Amino acid sequence: MGLHGEWVNMENNEYLLQMKDIKKRFPGVMALKGVDLNVGYGEIHALVGENGAGKSTLMKCLLGIYPPTSGEIYFDGKLIKNYNVAEALKIGISMIHQEISPILYRPIMENIWSGREPLTKFGLVDHKKMYESTKKLLEEIELDEDPMNIAANLTVAKLQLIEIAKAISYDAKLIIMDEPTSALPSKEVEGLFKIMKKLKSEGRSIIYISHKIDEIYAITDKVSVLRDGEYIGTEDTNKLSKDKLIKMMVGRNIDDMFPKTPCDIKDVYLEVKNLSHSRYFQDISFNVRKGEILGIAGLVGSGRTEIIESIFGIRNFDSGEIFINGEKVEIKSPIDAIDKKMAFLTEDRRQTGIFPMLDVEFNLTLANILKYVKKSKLIDYKNLKEDCNKFIDTISIKTPSPKHKIENLSGGNQQKVLVAKWLLTEPDILFLDEPTRGIDVGAKSEIHKLISMLASQGKCIVMVSSELPEIIGMSDRIIVVHEGKITSILDNNENITQELIMEYATDTYKERVN
Amino acid sequence: MNNESASLSENRGSNLAQLLKKYGIVLVLLLMIVVISILEPAFLRPKNIFNVLTQVSIFGIMSLGLTIVIISKGIDLSAGSVLALSAVLAASVGQAADATAKYFPNLPVLPIFVPIAVALLVGLICGAVNGLLIAKTGIPAFIATLGMQTAARGFALIYTQGKPISNLTKSFTNIGGKIFSVIPVPVVIYAIMIGITYIMLNHTRFGKNIYAIGGNIDAAEVSGIDVKKNLIMIYAYCGLLAGLAAVVFAGRTGSAHPGAASGYELTAIAATTIGGTSHSGGIGTIRGAVIGALILGVLRNGLTLLGVPAYWQQVTEGVIIVVAVIIDMRKNRQKK
Repeated sequence: MGLHGEWVNMENNEYLLQMKDIKKRFPGVMALKGVDLNVGYGEIHALVGENGAGKSTLMKCLLGIYPPTSGEIYFDGKLIKNYNVAEALKIGISMIHQEISPILYRPIMENIWSGREPLTKFGLVDHKKMYESTKKLLEEIELDEDPMNIAANLTVAKLQLIEIAKAISYDAKLIIMDEPTSALPSKEVEGLFKIMKKLKSEGRSIIYISHKIDEIYAITDKVSVLRDGEYIGTEDTNKLSKDKLIKMMVGRNIDDMFPKTPCDIKDVYLEVKNLSHSRYFQDISFNVRKGEILGIAGLVGSGRTEIIESIFGIRNFDSGEIFINGEKVEIKSPIDAIDKKMAFLTEDRRQTGIFPMLDVEFNLTLANILKYVKKSKLIDYKNLKEDCNKFIDTISIKTPSPKHKIENLSGGNQQKVLVAKWLLTEPDILFLDEPTRGIDVGAKSEIHKLISMLASQGKCIVMVSSELPEIIGMSDRIIVVHEGKITSILDNNENITQELIMEYATDTYKERVN
Repeated sequence: MNNESASLSENRGSNLAQLLKKYGIVLVLLLMIVVISILEPAFLRPKNIFNVLTQVSIFGIMSLGLTIVIISKGIDLSAGSVLALSAVLAASVGQAADATAKYFPNLPVLPIFVPIAVALLVGLICGAVNGLLIAKTGIPAFIATLGMQTAARGFALIYTQGKPISNLTKSFTNIGGKIFSVIPVPVVIYAIMIGITYIMLNHTRFGKNIYAIGGNIDAAEVSGIDVKKNLIMIYAYCGLLAGLAAVVFAGRTGSAHPGAASGYELTAIAATTIGGTSHSGGIGTIRGAVIGALILGVLRNGLTLLGVPAYWQQVTEGVIIVVAVIIDMRKNRQKK
C-alpha cells in the first residue's frame, strides 16, 4: 500500500489535527462562521451536516485548496498555514474526493500516481515500477483490474475504489473521506471498513464525511456536526442517539424519515410487457397503478436505470410493449414520452439534470417552455415568472432569488428545482432515479413528502433507489432486479426486510429456501 | 449478460475494427501514397520524397508544439506570427558580410549559434507570455494567443519596417540544405524534435501533467500538480518550437520577411487534429501528429503533381480535416 508500517505520535500531542475557529468568506456568503475540529491519533471521526453546512469547504481549507479567511490549523502539533495541495499531501493529509472524476482516457496507474510518478535514475518516468506499485495497491483493496486499463472503461463503483486506493497510497497520517461509499455496493463497503480499521490500528486518522447514518454508527469513534456553517458540537459515537444526532444536524426532530402517506390506489395506468434489450435487461414486465409508488431495487449495474430509460425513450429497446391506460404507445424519444405525460428525474443531476451555469428560473421552466410561448413566438415572461415563484414557495426551494445560478444551490435544493421542473409539465407518470442521492436528511424528508403528495394526486410513481430503507419506507410494491431480470415483485407489507430484498437482488433467495 | 452497464465507454467490435481504430490514419496515409503513385509515378522519385518531407518539416515542427498545447485542452493561434517575429530577429543578426541591405550595417558576421539562439529565445519568450496570460489571468487560450498572433506580427512589421531581411550567411542557408548532399537538414531537425517531444510527452512527469491538465484539470489540481507553472511551460515549449521552425524557414528561403508563415498555425493544428489529437483535451499522440502532418504534406504534393489547381487543393484539405475529426469523434464517443 505504500504504507510504512506504524507511525507514532512523536511529541505526545493530544490531537493529530486541531482546527481552531475557522472562518471562510466567499463573495456574498460566510461559508464557515468559526468552526472547530479536533481529531485524535488513530481516530475515525465523522463529520456530518446537511448539504450546505460547510463540510466540503472546511475540508478544502484543510487540504490547501484554498486558505481559510481566519483561524488556525495545527497538524501533529505544528501550526500550518499558506500551504497548497502538494504540500498538504507531503505533510500527510490526503483526501478521497466526492465528485472528482478521473482523468478519463488515461490508465488507472496514471490516475493513481498523477503528480508523483516514480522516476528512474535518469529522471524519466518508471512505468514498470508504476505498474507494479499499482498492481500491489489494487490487490490490497481487492480490485481485480489491470493497471493499464483506461479509467473510461470502468464502472462508477470501481472508480470510487480507485479513488480510495489513491488516497491510501499517499501514506498519509490523516485521510479525509468525502462520501466514499456513495457508489459502492455493500460488499465493497465492508472492504473499505476493513481497510479503515487497519489504518486506524496503524495510528492513522480518518475524517469520514457521509450522509449514511448507519455507516457512521458502524465505523466511527466520534461525530462532529456542522449546520449552516456553524460548529454545533462533537460527541462520542457510541454515546450519541440517532435522534439527537439528527436533531443536531437539522435543528429539529424528524419523526418519520419516510412518510409515505397512505392513499387510494386505483387502476393500472402504465403497463410494460416483455421489454428486452440485448445488453441490459430481458423480459421485463410490470404494471403501475394510479396513486401507487413502485420501488425498483437491485444492485448497482443490475439494469434498473436502463429499464426506465427505455420506457422514457432515452434508450432504444429491442422488443416489448408499453401500454398507457390500456392503449399501446410508441415511445421513440423523450419528446414522445413527455407528450404522453411522463417525467424523468435522472440519477446524476450534475451531468444530466441541471444546467449548472444558468439560473433557477431557467432550470425550473425549461421542460414546460412551450406553454409560455405566445402567438408572436415570444416568451410570456410574466406567466413564466409567476409559475416559477409559485413553485419556489410551495416546495420551499431555498434560493436567494430565481435568478441565482443553480449550481450555487445545495444538492437538495437543486433536486427540488428539478422536481418542480417536471411538476410544471403536469405529468401522470413520474420516473425517479435515486431521487435523494447525496441529499441531507432534512431535504430527503421534504422530497419524500413531495413524492407522497404526487402519489395521492393519482400519479404513477416509479422509483429506482439503492437505499433500502427508502425503498421499504416509500413503496407500495417493490420490484427487485438482478442482472437485467426481475427476480421478484413484492407487496410491501410487514414481512419485507432489507435482507429479503438483498437476497432477491443477489439472486440468493432460492438457496436459502432450499 | 454484461453486468457493467454503468461503464463509461464501450469496447465493442471485432479485432479488425480495433485494428482499424488504432492504425486507421496510417492506412489512410499508405492508401494516399499508393493512389498518388499510381496516378503519377513521379511522386516516388527520391527527390520528390525528400521535397515532401522538407515541406512537412516546418509546419511539422510547429505541430509538435501545438500537439501538447491541444492535449492540455488549449490552443495556440500565434505560432505562425511568432515564427515570423523570430525569423526576422534571427535574420537581422545572421546576414552575410556582403549583404546588400544589412540590418545592422556595422555588425560583423556572427557565428551561427547566435541567430539560432535569438530565434529560440524569441519563440520561448512569446510562448511564455502566452502561458502567463492564460495561467494567471484565466482568459481563454483562444483569446490570449489571438492577441499574440496580432501583436507578434505587428512587432515583426515594426522591426523590419515591412521590408524583408535577406542575404543570410552560408551557415544559415546550410540549415536549409542537405547533409551528405542527400538528406535535408530540416528533416533531420524535425526527426530529432519528434524524438525529444515524444520522450518528453510519454516519459517525463511533465508529459503526464500535460495529459492530466487536459484530461481533468480539477483532478490535476488536487493531485498536487502546479497547473499554472505547467501551463506556462507548455506554451513556452510551443513558442520554442515556433522559433526553431523559424530557423529552418529562414535557412530554406535565405531570408525572412514580416509576413512569413501566415496561417501556418492552422496547418499545424490541422495536422495534429487529423492525427487524432482531441480539442476536448487529454487525448493525442506524437505519432498521430506526425502521420497527420505527413498526410497533409503528401496531399499537397500529390495534388500539385496531378495538376489540381491550388484553390481546389484548399477545398480538399478542408474536407479532409473535417472528415478526419468526424471519424475520430465516432471512435471516442459512446453510442447507446
